[in-house]
Parts: sequence; C-alpha cells; structure tokens
Amino acid sequence: MSTGWSDPRPLSPFTSVWRWHVTMVTSILHRASGVALYGGVFVLVAWLAAAAEGPKAYMKLMAVMASWPGRALLFGFTLALSFHLLNGVRYLLWDKGIGYDKETADRTAWVVIILAAILTLAIWVTAYWSLDLLKVGG
Amino acid sequence: MRTSYKNVTGLGAAHKGVGHFIKQRVTALALLILIPLFLFQFLSSFTSGYNGVMAWLGSPFGAAVTFLVVSAMVVHMRLGVQTAIEDYFGGSLRKIALMLNGLFALGLWLIAVYALIKISFGG
Repeated sequence: MSTGWSDPRPLSPFTSVWRWHVTMVTSILHRASGVALYGGVFVLVAWLAAAAEGPKAYMKLMAVMASWPGRALLFGFTLALSFHLLNGVRYLLWDKGIGYDKETADRTAWVVIILAAILTLAIWVTAYWSLDLLKVGG
Repeated sequence: MRTSYKNVTGLGAAHKGVGHFIKQRVTALALLILIPLFLFQFLSSFTSGYNGVMAWLGSPFGAAVTFLVVSAMVVHMRLGVQTAIEDYFGGSLRKIALMLNGLFALGLWLIAVYALIKISFGG
C-alpha cells in the first residue's frame, strides 16, 4: 500500500491468513466508522453553515437530507456514530486494563455490535417523523 | 547522576510524545458526554423547524454545547484519520494527506465557529 515499498516480506496485519474473529471485526469497524464519521462532521458543519446562511439555504439542505439518498446517508452516519461511540467505551476501558482478556473482549464485541444496532433503530424510530416535518418547511 | 532532558520530558524521537494518545482519549471522554447531550437537544429543536433550530443555536447553552461538540469532534477526527493515513500512505502522499487532513479539520472548525457567532449575534 505504501508508495515505493519494495520489501518482499509480508506486511502486518497479514489479514489474508488470519481467521476472522469478532474482535478483529470490531477493530476494523471502529476505524471504518471513524473515517465515515469524517463525512458526518462535514454534514453537521454544513448544517450549521446553512442555518447561519438563512432559511432558504437551510431548507435547500433539508430537502437534500430528506431525500432517500439523504436519509440513507443519515442512517449510515447514525449507525457509524452509535457503533463508534459504544465501541470507544470498550477501548477506553481497555486503557484502564478492564475487560482486556480474550473471553471478555469477545463477549463485549458482540454486545457492542448488538447495542449499536438497537441504539440506531431507537434513534430512527423516535426521530424519523421529524424528517418529513422539515421537508415541508416546519 | 544526571537525568537526561529527553527522559524528563518523555517526548521520544518524534518530539511529540504522548500528546496524540492523550488528546484522542480526552476528546473521546468529552464526546461521550457531549454527543448524547447534543443529539437530544438537536432532535428536540428539529420539531420546531428552522426558527426552533435558530433559537436553540442562538441560546447560550445551545451555542456552548454545539461549540464544544464540534471542537471535540474536529480534534478527535483529525487525530484518528491521521493514524489511518500514517498506516496506509507513505512518502510525499502521506505528507500531502496529513496536511489536507489538518486543513480540513481546521476549516470545518472555523466555519462552525463563524456560523455559531453569526447565529448568536448576526440576527
């Protein structure tokens, strides 16, 4: 992946020979969701800028976000944020040496995945109707 | 016995030491509190439309929570993406990516601050 890398030895992590396990999945998802949320912060700041610009710009942005691709994007950001936030707690506890053994780490990985899904659905069930409200001008 | 300067400061060869590590965790802890607080207020203000959102963002508490959450997010995301860039890119591509990462984060923060000031005082 690095430019100009000529060393023939395998790079670490040598993912092609590793058996997939759940802590590996959460690790990869943590990075992926973190990078995805880079875009989430961009949308958040765009929302702030649109609000400062005035009602016209604000409604324009709201119309984009209320469209189906916009909703899918917001749903993705909600899922990424839920997972990143919950899994981040796990990493902070690891820094304190809590739950770092193999069995606990495996178990909390599954807990975080399931809780992230529940949290995302909970947010969308409670907030979904407000998208339509804004679409018509609120 | 003489304790060397590098041992006292603990900064190592990069001269930056554990700053990245600590900042990433301090902002993580801050966001753990700020994000639920922000999201709750954000979703509440949504229901009253543009005027409701403006009233919330223009209130001292709303502006403060939004300022803090965006500030912590911007620092946290710059550090996180910096690590990803350092893992996947090398050479001058890495330098360019790191520079763009810093500029993007700073730019977003400045826009957010400008927007919040305008909403609070610009009318």
